[in-house]
Amino acid sequence: MLARFTRGERWVHWSLAVLMTVLLVTAAVLYLAPLEQLIGRRRLVAQIHVYTGYLLPVPVLAGWARSAALRLDIRRLNRFTLLDWAWLRSRQRRSGAIAVGKFNAGQKLNAAFTLGAIAVMLGTGLIMHFTRLWPLAWRTGATFVHDWLAMAILVVVIGHLWFAAKDPQARAGMRTGQVPLGWARREHRLWAIEEEARTPAATGAARPPDRDSDAAEPADGPAPGPSTAADGSPLRRPGWRR
Amino acid sequence: MSAHSDPVVPGTPVGRRVVLGMLGLGALGVLTGKTVQGGINAIASRDPTGLTSLLPGTGGFRYYSVTGDEPVESTAQYRLTIKGLVDHPTTLTYAELAAMPQTHLVKDFQCVTGWRVPGVPWSGVALSHLLDVVGVKDSAKAVLFGSFDGVYTESLTLDQASGTDTLVATHMLGAPVTQSHGGPVRLYVAPMYGYKSLKWLSSIELSDKVVPGYWEDNGYDVDAWIGKSNGRSDAPVT
Repeated sequence: MLARFTRGERWVHWSLAVLMTVLLVTAAVLYLAPLEQLIGRRRLVAQIHVYTGYLLPVPVLAGWARSAALRLDIRRLNRFTLLDWAWLRSRQRRSGAIAVGKFNAGQKLNAAFTLGAIAVMLGTGLIMHFTRLWPLAWRTGATFVHDWLAMAILVVVIGHLWFAAKDPQARAGMRTGQVPLGWARREHRLWAIEEEARTPAATGAARPPDRDSDAAEPADGPAPGPSTAADGSPLRRPGWRR
Repeated sequence: MSAHSDPVVPGTPVGRRVVLGMLGLGALGVLTGKTVQGGINAIASRDPTGLTSLLPGTGGFRYYSVTGDEPVESTAQYRLTIKGLVDHPTTLTYAELAAMPQTHLVKDFQCVTGWRVPGVPWSGVALSHLLDVVGVKDSAKAVLFGSFDGVYTESLTLDQASGTDTLVATHMLGAPVTQSHGGPVRLYVAPMYGYKSLKWLSSIELSDKVVPGYWEDNGYDVDAWIGKSNGRSDAPVT
């Protein structure tokens, strides 16, 4: 098993997940007439929505301040190499033919979108909450942006849950922090190589019985070298097949 | 340098650019959104399929309620109590309201949060007529309204209540006022923001002073003239 996410990182993810769920549910009640008629209590629902929104940056900022692992992962999520663009263009991106690091390009875009969306929703939400501080036209504009971005966030969250539903090992990574080595080698080959290069003995001892039958997988011996050139393009290594 | 030290992460900072791009788009949206929304509303009002009502921000009326329970009264159960500083306190049934002279208005409904539904047909009994029927004492200065939802309250000064464009409304949009619109009987105060148009009207009380109602207690202006209150400049309803 490989360690993928630290406890601090998982805490940030799950806190955001809870806050986002509350926000989306309260937003639906505030916005969709049939739900509004069912629940009513507009003022309470609006207050829950607004104060939950204000809490959104807390897990991100706390994680950033306290978790070196999260800071490193944020740097990984930020950076695109040529491989990422190739992966996005590829029809067979899930086949593993293009090597993927700790996060694939889709995950990187999701993270960036989420961070941007939190910032924009917070800003427009503030304009909508403290109405008298701004010109009236800004309030209408802020409502417009808030409404449309909420729809986009819903689509992205559904997509995120869809991908999570299809991948039990990925879910295990976020639930327990650990992922099977075989899964890592298949889905995030460059990251698996990087991790195994760091602590080859530990990963060698901890291999789960259900590992992939990679023909050239060494049972022991020296760690494999890099399989990408400096610019991120894959090096062809005989035997290191997917 | 061993692999254990902080690795340099190669690549271009696309993530940062996405975030900055969204902030920029967000700011642009705030500044231009009012115009874009106006354009969308204009198109939506001419859309024969009604599909545009699925878009955010279109679709006419929004349902607001301040209680959790659905206030329900049938027209048979409905009673309107008129009390306080009046010569003839009374309780009216729905049938008695229907038998009175009816007033018809076609006016916009403007909510203080910004949405407006143009050209809504309303009909019912003019509030001024009801006040004539019960006889208002000289000491009365204000009209207080109560709702059978148990929470919503409103008020008008006697002057504000005596115009021809304030209705005790039994019909809107060409049909009896539906439950979600505040039926069977609601208030409609045309020149003021929608929160003055109390839903599920059950009592009218003449008093010697205005008592601020539910939404005024929540920070909205007591005299809710459209375009001249609540810090807004919407076009008045004519």
